[in-house]
Amino acid sequence: MKIVAICGAGIGSSGILKVNAERVLKRLDIEATVIAADIGSLATVAGDAQVILTSAEFVDAIGKTFADVVVIENYFDTEELTAKLDAALG
Amino acid sequence: MALPPLPTEAIEIGAVVEDWRAAVSLAGDALVRSGAAKAGYAGEMIRMIEEHGPYVVIAPGLALAHARPGPDVLADGLAIIVLSEPVAFGHPHNDPVRVVLAIAIAKAGEHLAAVAGLANIFNDSTAIADLAAATTPEEVQRIMGVPS
Repeated sequence: MKIVAICGAGIGSSGILKVNAERVLKRLDIEATVIAADIGSLATVAGDAQVILTSAEFVDAIGKTFADVVVIENYFDTEELTAKLDAALG
Repeated sequence: MALPPLPTEAIEIGAVVEDWRAAVSLAGDALVRSGAAKAGYAGEMIRMIEEHGPYVVIAPGLALAHARPGPDVLADGLAIIVLSEPVAFGHPHNDPVRVVLAIAIAKAGEHLAAVAGLANIFNDSTAIADLAAATTPEEVQRIMGVPS
């Protein structure tokens, strides 16, 4: 399974989403690859992704996709991430 | 995991700003003082927010200002600006911002260790309030777990 974390620069916020998503997935016992990327390279990295993690600002730019677009409000709240990833993948 | 350097000159407490641009600009100045970035980096961080919106407010009260690695980055570095009065970035859930954390990364691909370190600190939900209440740069360094 592939999960892509998207932000504007592809460093920083998407990196934090990646790190915390990996922690949560381990706890949920779900095997997945999480990639951090910037919105500009979304098309090349997210074609085969099942889930796109991002914040509300990028939903329009992400546009139509087969992936579940999961919007995260507090990037450091692993309970929010757990609930939303569990809902998307469970 | 090791954070980028956060020397005392990259920390400002009780900063008074009119708006989010001024807050990010101060964070850019702090990165210039510590030798992590050139003056142009502040403008790049501001442009990221103008272009993509206030997504950098990644948790209640905390903005993670950053731009891409590039010629304006001299070395990896962090800066922290604690605002005396919170300012709005326009984020629907996480406004107002009390702490601006700026990050400069010299090489793409080497940021993950740095942000993993940040996740370790801020996954503790009290860290943002502790930073907002800090009164000295040394206290900020202690909260961030970096040597002073």
